[in-house]
Amino acid sequence: MNRFAAEMSEHREELVALDTAIGDGDHGTNMDRGMRKAVEKLSASEQPDAGTALKTVAMALISSVGGAAGPLYGTLFLQMGTALSGHTEIQVSDYAQAWRQGLEGVVARGKAQLGDKTMVDALTPGVEALEAAPDLDGGLRAAAQAAEQGMTSTIALIARKGRASYLGERSQDHQDPGATSTYYLFKSAAEALAG
Amino acid sequence: MKKLINTPEGVVQDALHGIEAAHGDRVRVSFDPAYVVRIDAPVQGKVGLVSGGGSGHEPMHGGFVGPGMLDAACPGEVFTSPTPDQMLAATKAVSGGAGVIHIVKNYTGDVMNFDMASEMGKSDDIEVETILTNDDVAVEDSLYTAGRRGVGVTVLVEKICGGAAEDHKSLHDVAELGRRVNANGRSMGMALTPCITPASGNPSFELAEDEVEIGIGIHGEPGRFREKVGPASQVAERLMTPILEDLPFSSGDRVLAFVNGMGGTPLIELYVVYAEVAKIAAAHGLTIERNLIGNYITSLEMQGCSITLLKLDDEMLHYWDAPVNTPGMRWGV
Repeated sequence: MNRFAAEMSEHREELVALDTAIGDGDHGTNMDRGMRKAVEKLSASEQPDAGTALKTVAMALISSVGGAAGPLYGTLFLQMGTALSGHTEIQVSDYAQAWRQGLEGVVARGKAQLGDKTMVDALTPGVEALEAAPDLDGGLRAAAQAAEQGMTSTIALIARKGRASYLGERSQDHQDPGATSTYYLFKSAAEALAG
Repeated sequence: MKKLINTPEGVVQDALHGIEAAHGDRVRVSFDPAYVVRIDAPVQGKVGLVSGGGSGHEPMHGGFVGPGMLDAACPGEVFTSPTPDQMLAATKAVSGGAGVIHIVKNYTGDVMNFDMASEMGKSDDIEVETILTNDDVAVEDSLYTAGRRGVGVTVLVEKICGGAAEDHKSLHDVAELGRRVNANGRSMGMALTPCITPASGNPSFELAEDEVEIGIGIHGEPGRFREKVGPASQVAERLMTPILEDLPFSSGDRVLAFVNGMGGTPLIELYVVYAEVAKIAAAHGLTIERNLIGNYITSLEMQGCSITLLKLDDEMLHYWDAPVNTPGMRWGV
């Protein structure tokens, strides 16, 4: 989470630029603000297990990000937190299952499908890579790679959800900001594990 | 970027301090969670009206809190939907035992955050109805978009529902009235310039000296079409045609004509546009019963305008004329 917060801070302007092209320019600012709050909350109290930590992050994001990203990332981490409740040690299968539940939560909340040019286009391949992985380390690296490909694949798409969808065909040839921050999430997880 | 702010991060808070200092006779400001609420809330036996959205559209929504209009408004960061805890707190603050209405503009973020607020508030025993506004004709309402945006008609819904609620109409009646107003209103906007959010410091899109953006929303996002600039008569035609065709408005209809400034356009220009709107309306056999001209739902300093036409009935007219006492709209008091 600290790493994801650092990535959001580092890539804030990039996300703002992507969101300016096909949105209203606030994605980077919102994610940076949200993850700072999340990190603050994580350090402020004991996080006895992974589930609690994820829920803490979820609530911090829900109450500080706003927009579409707040509810969507909030739901992602809330679902993951529920799945990993009480876990202090995590097997790769449990971990992949938590991500799958998170993805399902995001899809239920935002109703986006693959190909709509949203975070789901990076999240889905990332989760599938994790589910296919025999171990956590390799799995996270594969997930980050898959998410990166998903992120890049959004460039060619015409947006069918969110603010970008108001632009119709003008949304094409621009990378989706939500898919980009999702890639950074997987990248952070992979790097954090690698230490 | 030159702005009359202290820090980009502090804009919303600083503005709330300004509202508190200026309008403490009519509203109370809560800073965390952030919302502006009518000072005599909750008004017992009256439906409470709550709206909210990103900041940067002032006077909407915080400027419309007071007798005859909203009971509370939740401001998010600039152009960013507010968060569920804000709506939860505001809803509780305005609940007078007759239920609460959430007036929600159809944007992905606004809808999701208000939805989450409703989910989280289920245990609070307050009956909540939602009115969704989606009057923008620039976007096709299809499976392939996020649906039509809520723009100018939102102001009209807030005023008309405000009048009905003040009259102690029931939750169901006020909600139905609001939905009827939304269903009978259509809007379209255009921009001469982009806007600059304090956080980004850069224009939200680039326009050449001779270009305009047609079919804009209110969050500085690019519109549907980019065209060469023309006279106001052409702009008015460009916006009115899809509005008239979409409802459709027919000869004999009584309407409210709302010419809204996006924030950076001088009033003299809005009146030039209104003259054109009046001509076009007359040519179509419409009777303009009421009008609204000025900055009501803005996008920071964007230059441009939006037009909203509302097909009126007697009830809408009655509650439009009802007294209202808010910083952003005041008559009959």
